[in-house]
Amino acid sequence: MSDEPAIEATGLAKSYRDLRVLAGIDLLVPAGSVFALLGPNGAGKTTTVRILATLSRADAGQARVAGFDVDRDRHLVRRRISLTGQFAALDEAQTGEENLRMMGRLSRLSRAAARQRAAELLAQFELADAARRRVSTYSGGMRRRLDLAASLVGRPSVIFLDEPSTGLDPRSRLTMWQTIAGLAASGVTVFLTTQYLEEADRLADRIAVLDAGRLVAEGTAAELKQRFAARRLDLTCQDPAAFARLSRYFGDRAVHLDPADLTVGVATDGSAAQVRALLDAADPARSLIAGFAVHEATLDDVFLTLTGHPTEGRPCLAS
Amino acid sequence: MSSVLTMTARSLRLSARSPDALLTALMLPVMLMVVFVYLFGGAVDIGSRYVDYVVPGVLLLCAVTGAATTAVTVCQDMTGGIIDRFRSLDVPGTALLAGHVTASLVRNVISTALVTAVAFGIGFRPDGSVAAFAAAAGVLLLFVAAVSWLAAAFGLAVSAPEAANSVMFFLMFFSYASSAFVPIRTMPWWLRGFAGHQPATPVIETIRGLLLSQPVGVHLWPALAWCVGLMVTSAAVCGLLFRRRSAS
Repeated sequence: MSDEPAIEATGLAKSYRDLRVLAGIDLLVPAGSVFALLGPNGAGKTTTVRILATLSRADAGQARVAGFDVDRDRHLVRRRISLTGQFAALDEAQTGEENLRMMGRLSRLSRAAARQRAAELLAQFELADAARRRVSTYSGGMRRRLDLAASLVGRPSVIFLDEPSTGLDPRSRLTMWQTIAGLAASGVTVFLTTQYLEEADRLADRIAVLDAGRLVAEGTAAELKQRFAARRLDLTCQDPAAFARLSRYFGDRAVHLDPADLTVGVATDGSAAQVRALLDAADPARSLIAGFAVHEATLDDVFLTLTGHPTEGRPCLAS
Repeated sequence: MSSVLTMTARSLRLSARSPDALLTALMLPVMLMVVFVYLFGGAVDIGSRYVDYVVPGVLLLCAVTGAATTAVTVCQDMTGGIIDRFRSLDVPGTALLAGHVTASLVRNVISTALVTAVAFGIGFRPDGSVAAFAAAAGVLLLFVAAVSWLAAAFGLAVSAPEAANSVMFFLMFFSYASSAFVPIRTMPWWLRGFAGHQPATPVIETIRGLLLSQPVGVHLWPALAWCVGLMVTSAAVCGLLFRRRSAS
């Protein structure tokens, strides 16, 4: 059982009428790990999560979650997973405690067990003081925490989180990250989607980048960062000939090429030592490079590199 | 079964905490009764005391407005995020909908009791036996269940709670164009055919007959057939719509 992956999908495809949302994706998530699906709005992240969480059916492909087929054995899958979506799945007019107790009863807990589990989760998510207040009085962060707590009532072994920090202020986001890290430490498998490179980096063991329904990259955070570092060093060349030489020199390592501005961008960690070494190696005679600038890499950079087209109005990587 | 109870308790708690819905459910029928008895009652001559004639009609209207709320609550659940949570908890659609319908029955028992009490206060004097009263209550409850399932189906079919609310006006039209408030013989000929053969009329005539100890034989079976038929059809449509809505 422990050797079996928590999530295993092959060739998942889904269209809504003429719109192709997923064009056949493969996923493999080992049990007990944290997996992030990174991508802009409309990439197909939510569709993927909904298929894996049995709420939506794929047009093609297979997926097994927690050891069972999401289509044939959806009821068995549902007892082992939970989904926290982008919108709080709570009753505004019920108190936090009432919501959790209701979820407990619906997860087949006895009345007493449901009450106890609710109390446990309220304490764990620092909501004990607000337990008897209606959810309509909660702040955005509290709501998100209660929503996550509600998804844990039935002790799922695989947790799906669809954009868990979208719309949260920086402080609540940090709390949410700590909570997710805590869940991961408790041994459950976490599958999350995000638009933020930084979030994927902080939380996930492995990251897959989804764009327009296709996986365009997959690897550990370290592997991806080698290709798409957190910062980009833009070198401005002396003349077109220098630009041509440097583009040839960097080849695949160039993440940005702009012939008009004569700039070549490469990934860097931004440290003085690395920048100095890079400049020396690329231009030992000190005749090609006129200037340089270090930028914070944005998700746009990553997508531009991976897909050759920019994302539209995506939030930049928080620095 | 226990999930039906959990969902019923939830629906009742939510309706108890929605003051405007509660006020509509309780105040509207009482106000309508006052309007019909005191404002229109003087102008209506049916050959007997109008208050005795109209109270069963108001009870039916009360049932309709109460049951119609089901459309809104069902639609709110389907369009909000909570339906995904229920589905991922593997709560069957039937449990969710049965919870709404059962809560609607409980709400209606309370509002019907209130309306009946007010009716007695303003001079309603039925002469049916206790058994006939119980039978009338049974028919009314069956009618509420049928209309609640119909409203639930409507709530599943539309895409916004505001649209779901419009089912109330549609259903209220059926109540008005029946023998609830005025005898059918007083209506224009083109309306009589419809008013005489739509479900509200046999139901209202059965309830009225039972309460006022008049013969109900002609109306009882059509009333029961309408209620059961409407309930079974609506519940089946609910099942179909729920599956379609959640199979995307």
